Amino acid sequence: MKPILMTVPLKNAAIVACLTLCGSGAFAQSLPGVQLKNLAGESINTAQLVTEGQPTLICFWATWCSPCKRELNNYAELYDDWQDETGVNIVAVSIDDQRSIRRVAPYVNSVLWDYEILLDPNKDFARAMQVVNVPHTFLVNGEGQVVWQHNNYSDGDEEEVYEELLKLAE
Amino acid sequence: MTRFFLFAASIVGISAVAFGQLEDQSSGSVTGNVQMLWQSYSEDPIIGAIVPPEKTGFNAYGNLIYNQGGFSAGMRYESYLSAVLGFPGRFKGSGIGYRYARYADPTGKVDFTVGNFYEQFGSGIVLRAYEERALGIDNALDGVRLILRPVNGIEIKALYGMQRLDFDSRLINGPGTVRALDGTIDFNSLLESKGGLDWDTKIMLGGSFVSKFQSGGTIAKDSLLLQLPENIGAWSYRIDAMRKGWSAGIEYAGKINDPNADNGYTYRNGQALLFNLGYTQRGLGISLSAKTVDNMSFRSDRDVLLFDLPINYIPAITQQHTYNLAATLYPYATVISGESSASAEIFYSIPKGTRLGGKYGTKLSANFAAANGLDTTQLAGVEGLVYGYERNSWGFGPSKFVRDFNVQISRKESKNFKWKYTFYNLEFNTLATPVTTTFKGIVYADIHVLETQVKTRKRQSLRTEFQALFTDQDKGDWGTVLAEYTWSPHWFASVIDQYNFGNPDPDARVHYLYGAVGRIDGPHRLSIGYGKRREGIFCIGGVCRAVPASNGFEINFSSSF
Repeated sequence: MKPILMTVPLKNAAIVACLTLCGSGAFAQSLPGVQLKNLAGESINTAQLVTEGQPTLICFWATWCSPCKRELNNYAELYDDWQDETGVNIVAVSIDDQRSIRRVAPYVNSVLWDYEILLDPNKDFARAMQVVNVPHTFLVNGEGQVVWQHNNYSDGDEEEVYEELLKLAE
Repeated sequence: MTRFFLFAASIVGISAVAFGQLEDQSSGSVTGNVQMLWQSYSEDPIIGAIVPPEKTGFNAYGNLIYNQGGFSAGMRYESYLSAVLGFPGRFKGSGIGYRYARYADPTGKVDFTVGNFYEQFGSGIVLRAYEERALGIDNALDGVRLILRPVNGIEIKALYGMQRLDFDSRLINGPGTVRALDGTIDFNSLLESKGGLDWDTKIMLGGSFVSKFQSGGTIAKDSLLLQLPENIGAWSYRIDAMRKGWSAGIEYAGKINDPNADNGYTYRNGQALLFNLGYTQRGLGISLSAKTVDNMSFRSDRDVLLFDLPINYIPAITQQHTYNLAATLYPYATVISGESSASAEIFYSIPKGTRLGGKYGTKLSANFAAANGLDTTQLAGVEGLVYGYERNSWGFGPSKFVRDFNVQISRKESKNFKWKYTFYNLEFNTLATPVTTTFKGIVYADIHVLETQVKTRKRQSLRTEFQALFTDQDKGDWGTVLAEYTWSPHWFASVIDQYNFGNPDPDARVHYLYGAVGRIDGPHRLSIGYGKRREGIFCIGGVCRAVPASNGFEINFSSSF
């Protein structure tokens, strides 16, 4: 493969790019590794977010994003049941930047979320996960692969999340 | 186009050749996203909407990232044909605006990037490269970055690069070179890995040094001919500590003389002091902060202004408002030349099952922020020409920039009904943050917002907002009504009407009516809107840009895989 790539004429570059990309492996999205801090100030590598065999829901949000807060507040009411039935862990990744990052811990504690909270103030993880705007929610299976995602939140979406979680638990 | 594919091929080439040793490990994967925004324009003299010669605007972005083991490479293809109104009009053409290759060792010890990258040191007060695409802000660095984590708890970042300034069928960087070094020590992780203490208290120290180079020259001020410095250094030290529910942080930053367009080409040194304190426990959160920033505008080209080529980031002290009237009429932005500011915020949840809390609990929050000009004395004569002023203290000066108080209560009454009420009291100096051309001075405004949400049937809900702003200044009173109906998980429809009912000029009592429908299918999102949008300020994540009035259609599509 190496010498072929080195001698490809430009006009064929596109074809080769596609063939090589397509041939090199899966298109299924898995978790990229970015170093983020949690609210305790500890460094977390996002490639290691998933507990093997357990589904993980990764929710990108911000304190200034109303639908994001509605989503995570609604999940909070269901979280205990979801955990019992499907073993899911929710990771809420805040993209609040320096203007609002100090609001994250007070807000999260005041509304009683029991999620793992990560801080992504310069959107490194969001960019690596191809997040264009928030809320954007990913369901990751126990092998670390993204199996479902949704870029929006309206009330009632939690029912679809629950159905997807049940599919994974089967 | 050839360049695009050549780059794609070269990414694969790099991965196959230079990182061939990874082939035996996990197979590679490709992820991407696209985003398109199309607008059509109709003339509307009443609101001042104009039609550009092209009659339509079109922005599009396509991102592609290839991942294999610790290696990743990516690029962003951008199109501005022509740029939608409100974006920098000089952005034009199609091409690659961002490309990089990166290797991050799975142990985390070595991480290097060549090409474009974003970065933030500490709070960003001396270095932040970031992107707010919806605002057209992108000061990505283009160069090389190395991150080392030799032992647990120590991180060193070093970088060299130039910054993105413009886009004309390709990335165009500014003239300056940025060189930067940052180090952080997390004492707990460091001592833990050495089998040491397991403290309840967490302490992190950090320091940064950033230098920029730009060719010099001279500048004339009256009879003086002054040499422009070519190398400008800025530095910061920071300490953060946490103990149980408490957290505190302090950061000091300085910058040597840096005559530039923001400070009127004066030779005064820059300084900044940032402080924050927080306490939180279940159901309660409190946050206090104070900040004085003096002459800390730091750009990789001394002659540019506004959103171009900032090396650092100075966020506004006020809360980022989200309701239409509060967010678009009087949003505060940091006064870049200097300000002293402070804020306090409290969040509290009244527990559910109590008399006041109700069946589901009640959430309360209050926020107060204040900013003034610096406490300074203007220097006279030659000193005044060269250095401008001297600062007497870190405290507030006499000139009021903003006071922003708001309080919010939100409550769920039943399975099918919840509401939220927010009150704002604003004092806003339009000379400090020029958001309006019709009034110069302090605007005193009260805003009331009632939001309700009713679940109408399974997976369907109606959300409404009723907003009113009352002021005797500027354009007078405003009202906004919004209704949004959603059919989870796929459809939404919304209508918003912003009405300047209290404008002193009866002819200017205009309705800005805008409607949109959209469909969401997992990661794919399409929305179509039509109507009038007010000339005003559009903010995301703490940065605001003025957008012109517009009247017409808008189609938005985004998707990721």
